[in-house]
Formats: sequence, structure tokens, C-alpha cells
Amino acid sequence: MGWQRQILRVNLTEGTSTVEPLNMDWANDYLGERGLATKYLWEMMDPKADAMSPENVLIFATGPLTGTMASTSGRYAVVTKGPLTNAIACSNSGGKFGAELKYAGYDLLILEGRSDKPVYLHIVDDEVQILPADDIWGTTVWHTEEYLKAHHQNPLLKVASIGVSGEKGVLFACVVNDLHRAAGRSGVGAVMGSKNLKAIAVHGTKGVAVKDPKAFMKAVNHTKKLLEDNEGRQDLTENGTNSMIDMMQEFGGLPTRNFNEVQFEGTENINPAAMKKVHANGHRNLLTNKACFGCTIACGRIAHIDKDHFSIVNRPQYRHASGGLEYETAYAFGPVVGVDDIDALTFAGYMMNEHGMDPISFGATLAAAMELYEMGVLTEKDTDGVPLNFGNAEALTIMAEKTGKFEGFGQQLGLGSKRLCEKYGHPELSMSVKGQEFAGYDSRALQGMGLGYATSNRGACHLKHDTFAEDMEDQTGAGKAVACKSSQDRVSAVDSTGLCLFTTAAWGLEEFAMQIDGACEGEWTEARLLEIGERVWNLERRFNLAAGLTAADDTLPKRLLEVPAPSGTAKGKVNQLDIMLPQYYQERGWTPDGVPTNETLSRLRL
Amino acid sequence: MQKSLLIDPAKCTSCLQCEMACSFEHEGVFNPAKSRIKIFEFEHGARAIPYTCTQCAEAWCMHACPVEAITKNATTGAMEVNEAVCVGCKVCTIACPFGTINYNKDTGKVIKCDLCGGDPQCAEACPTDAITYVDSSWTGYERMQEWAVKTQTHQA
Repeated sequence: MGWQRQILRVNLTEGTSTVEPLNMDWANDYLGERGLATKYLWEMMDPKADAMSPENVLIFATGPLTGTMASTSGRYAVVTKGPLTNAIACSNSGGKFGAELKYAGYDLLILEGRSDKPVYLHIVDDEVQILPADDIWGTTVWHTEEYLKAHHQNPLLKVASIGVSGEKGVLFACVVNDLHRAAGRSGVGAVMGSKNLKAIAVHGTKGVAVKDPKAFMKAVNHTKKLLEDNEGRQDLTENGTNSMIDMMQEFGGLPTRNFNEVQFEGTENINPAAMKKVHANGHRNLLTNKACFGCTIACGRIAHIDKDHFSIVNRPQYRHASGGLEYETAYAFGPVVGVDDIDALTFAGYMMNEHGMDPISFGATLAAAMELYEMGVLTEKDTDGVPLNFGNAEALTIMAEKTGKFEGFGQQLGLGSKRLCEKYGHPELSMSVKGQEFAGYDSRALQGMGLGYATSNRGACHLKHDTFAEDMEDQTGAGKAVACKSSQDRVSAVDSTGLCLFTTAAWGLEEFAMQIDGACEGEWTEARLLEIGERVWNLERRFNLAAGLTAADDTLPKRLLEVPAPSGTAKGKVNQLDIMLPQYYQERGWTPDGVPTNETLSRLRL
Repeated sequence: MQKSLLIDPAKCTSCLQCEMACSFEHEGVFNPAKSRIKIFEFEHGARAIPYTCTQCAEAWCMHACPVEAITKNATTGAMEVNEAVCVGCKVCTIACPFGTINYNKDTGKVIKCDLCGGDPQCAEACPTDAITYVDSSWTGYERMQEWAVKTQTHQA
């Protein structure tokens, strides 16, 4: 109940698939999705293995609430060793693919080895086929999805796939499902490509049952009502996540021109109001909002590009609607590269979805390249004749496409900012942690965010902790270690349920616990979830330590530690990581070197 | 008062809460593959349209059934399949012009919307009122009202 109690294991080297029972001891200790997949990964692979080698293991994991009527029940996670970070990667996605995998009867899909030829998986309940991908290798995510539905004469298939960027090993390639939802970060798509696996197409008809239907539906109706009445949720429905751009602009936490500034003069051209604006020719960027599976929030945006815009004027194939701007894409194609042309931003978003790339890493890598160009380190000889000045909208659209297709200078951008900046002799210009680029929050204005970035197990990430309220209230490092640690544990638990983090606008762990308690065997409480979250966090940490990472990797670029914020609420401030980090290690029960003590490990039964 | 499902595609976000609610009511599990209402997406997901049985007054499925397994519920107006009588011949699935009655291979019977006996769970679960359950004589009331206001050309 809740869980399907079954996992599908596919060995791509051998070309075999086997079904085995879910290890329920692990499910009880790690719940599902992020946590459970981390446990399987830890037990199955040597963390030192090369992320792009057959020894890496790639896991698609649903949670016990995935596919149920709990709001936002469409989540699944992709867990593997990430090639961008050489640390554990955990990227989750919405859309409809995750629930479909669960309906086919599987909690987890584990992929091992490497196929000698390009293949895709076709799963319809118990029937699992590994089929040649010759007809789709080298094509886009959008084509792959359309092709597989037509080829199998099954419009109900749900597809997760990679683009050429994933096939060619762009280090921030992602896995895209349902056209515009993605397991976006850390290069999980490159791992899929390294296994010669183009796509997973699944249709499931088995359904998901719950332990106590009456209690479950009572909890679900209660929590849905909390969401319905919540103001944060209402704003997400109305404006999407991009509301944040106005807030960060005002606050002075909006990374601009590769973090040289923290406020951007062009936000009103790319904010939610701009998305809704009707132009003289009748064009309006935003068409509607869109939900992922089971979601009663529907923060997703569906937009289209002005048909006369330079990006598509001679390309009718892009005159259709598709996924529109969210905060992180608006930041990554906007302020951080200095561009405020909403159609160019929307086009860059299309490129990310069509070719399967993480917009955050792409945007921040382009920003680093732009700084190198303005310094004269890169010239037009390097950049295929394209002037890479900050603010060049055309350069944004051209480089997004080149990277997606792995052409010209796009191949260099595909390395990510850390390797690109090292290659050109300026490692300090990479705005990243553990090789992964920052999301749209500046660590000088948001101190706890900086600590979260520095300590996130998958490299810089805004979604693995939540100190937002504390950061807005006070611009020092005081109290942030405690808030960061406890929110990391909470988020780790939420990421293991099969539900979306955005529900935490209205829910605490208590609301998750009551829904899990209705769905799953055993007794589920807030305290138990918090303990699971802490266990998951510490196991991820152990994976990274075993992979060779150390406390030295828990840091921020000098620009954020030494160069004061030039404007905004935190004007004159730098990030106080030196104060926060030792407090954080202590709070975690780790040694001053960032290693979990034996006491901590045994307390968490690790 | 007899009621009908009223569907407003413009409000649908494609969350599939209706499909889960439908299967949960009828099958006891969350399983869109067994839902009597389906959401169809068009144009890269820009449009989503819920579609289900409209309970025809002269129902093709009912007339085609050779064993009279489909009867009209006098209270709700729903055409209901009596599973004990249905022989799974699928003639109704051919007769229905809209495709809203379908064969369930697990039971060997056909399934269709029965309005949940007068408390349709899809409408209950829909978070955006894209699916509502209203007086069947006045499914057009709101739309009439919207157009009515546009005909008021005098300035007050």
C-alpha cells in the first residue's frame, strides 16, 4: 500500500530486465523517491566510480504518495552520481511520467551498465522491452516523445528522454519528460546518454492502493483545503514562480551579470506583469497555466513567442505554445546574462526543453563566458563569431541552440562554468559550488541561502533547504546554521514522499505525515519523517565523502565571500560562511572537518 | 432536479485529479487507466480538455445492447451498466458515437460514467471548477449570462 513493493532492474550491458521485491526494511527507513534511491545507490555502487562509466547506477524513483490523490503527487527523482559535480545527484521532476511508472507497478527503476548500441526502454506494466533507438538517436526530446507514441500506437505512453546534449555528454544535460518537465540538475541526462539510453516510454494500468482509504482521503481533503486557502499557493497559481523576480530585485538578491551586481535594470520586461502584457500587435507571452500530475497548484506556465521576433521569424516550427518562463529560467536567461528580451528568454527556454538541458547551469555558464569575453580572454574567434557581451539577446538564443546541438562554442559551454573558466585560466569566475551553478539568489543578500548552497550534497542548489524567511528578516549569518540544518532535513523528507516541495507554502511535515499514515503500513509521524530526512542527508554526505569530496568543497566563490554586495538591502555585505559553516557542522553532529561522527551515524542507524 | 456534468475546458490545468477520483470511486484504487473521464492535451499542453459520457437521452449504447444491461437511472438520468447482466460483447462500444463507453479487459465488462449515483467524484475533486455538476436544463446558464452582459450597449 502506498508503495507498489516492486522494483524493476535493467542491466543495459547484459540487455536483461528483472523484477524484484522492494526491500521494505529500506522503505521503512528511507521512505521513497530521493531517500530510498539514495539507499539503493549507496548499496549498489562504488562512489569513486566515474560518473560517465558503466559502473555508475541510474535510478528513477517514485515515492509512496506518487500517483495518489494527494496534491502534487506526480513527483519522481533521478538519483545517480552526477558528472557535473562528481557528487551524488538527485534531480526531481513533475509532469506525468512518474505516476505512470508507478502505475506500471514499480517504485524504482534501476539502470545498470551500458548498452553497446543506442536503446530505449518500452514498459507496459509487466512487459519490459529494451529496443534499438537507431531511429531516434540524434534527435530532440520533442521528436522522441512524438515518435515513440506514434511508433507504438499508444498516445497514453509517457516518455522521459534525453536530447543530443545528453547523448554527447553536456555536463548539465537533463532528463525531460512530458515535453517540458525535467529532472534538471547535475547532469543526470549525461549519465543516461553515457549508458546509450535514449528514452524510457511507459504505460501503466495497475493503479495505486492505499492502506486506509477513508483516513487517507480525509487527510488529502484537509491538506488540499490548506493549499486552496493559502496566499503563497494563490500567487504560484496566478503568477508562477516568477513572482520571485520582483521580490529579489527589490531586495537586492538578484544575481546580475555573473554576480557582479545584485539588481537588474530590466526586470520589468521579464517579470509576471511582462508575461501578461498585451503588445501593440496583440501578442501576449503567457497563454495559460498548467499543472503537473495530481497538482492543485498549477504553477507551470505555457507561453509562446511573438511570431515576428528574430529568434523564430524564419522558423515556423517554433510558432507553437510550450513551457514558459519560471523564476529560475527568467533569472538564468535574464539578469545573470544581462538580457531583458522576453521572447529571447522564452526561446532559450524552448531550447532547454527541446534539447534537454538545465537552464540554471546553462545560463550561469554563459554568464561566465560573457565575463571572459568582456575581459578579452575569449574573442569572437572562440565564440563562432558571436559577440558575447552581457545583454546580447541574440547571443543567448544562438548559444542555447548550439549547446543543445553540441555545435561550435556550444561544446565549450557544455562543460559547465567550472571547467570552462579553468580552461581559460580564470577559475574564480565560475559561480558554482562543487561545479554546479547557483540558482537565482545571491548569497550576500541571503546568508542562509549561501550556507545551503555551500553544503548542498548535489552542489549549489536552492531546493535542498529553506531559510528564506530567516534570510529576508536578517542579513547576517546569525542563527542560519540551525535553520539551514533543520530545513535540509525537512526538505529531504518531503523529497522522499513523491510530492512537491511547493506544497510547503501551506504544509508542514505534520501534513505529509498524516497523508503517508493513511497510505502506508506502519505509523507515520512528523518526528519519524524528520529522522528519515536527517538520515537521508547524512547518507548523501557519506556518499560524497566516499567519492573523495571534503570540507574544502563546502565553500563559495570568492566573489561572494570577499566582494561586498554593491547595492540593495545587503549593500556592503559579504557572505559570512566562515562563521556559519563551523556552527553548521556542530549542529549536524559532524567533526570540524565535516565528517559525521560515529555517534551521529549510530543515532541515525547508518 | 436532474443534473449534468458541465465541462469548461478553459479552466482545466490537466492535473488529472478527476481521473484519479473516478477510478478511486469505481475501482477502489487510484488508476487513470480505469477512469471514465479522460483529459486530452493539445498544442504542447497548452490546451487540456476533459471528456466523458454526456448521458444521451436516447443512448446509442443502451439501444445497441443485446442483453439490456444498460438502463437509465430514473433519478440521475445516467445510463448505467449492470455488470451482472453485461456479457462483454462490446457492441455498445461500437454504437457510441463519442467513444465514452469502453471495455475493461480485467472484468470482461464495459465501463462508463454513471455520475457516481448523483455525486460525481470528478466534479468534487476538480480544483478549478473545470468540471461542475449543475441543473441539466441550465448547463448553458453561465455562458448565456456572459453573452447577455455583452449585449447591454447602453451606457449606464
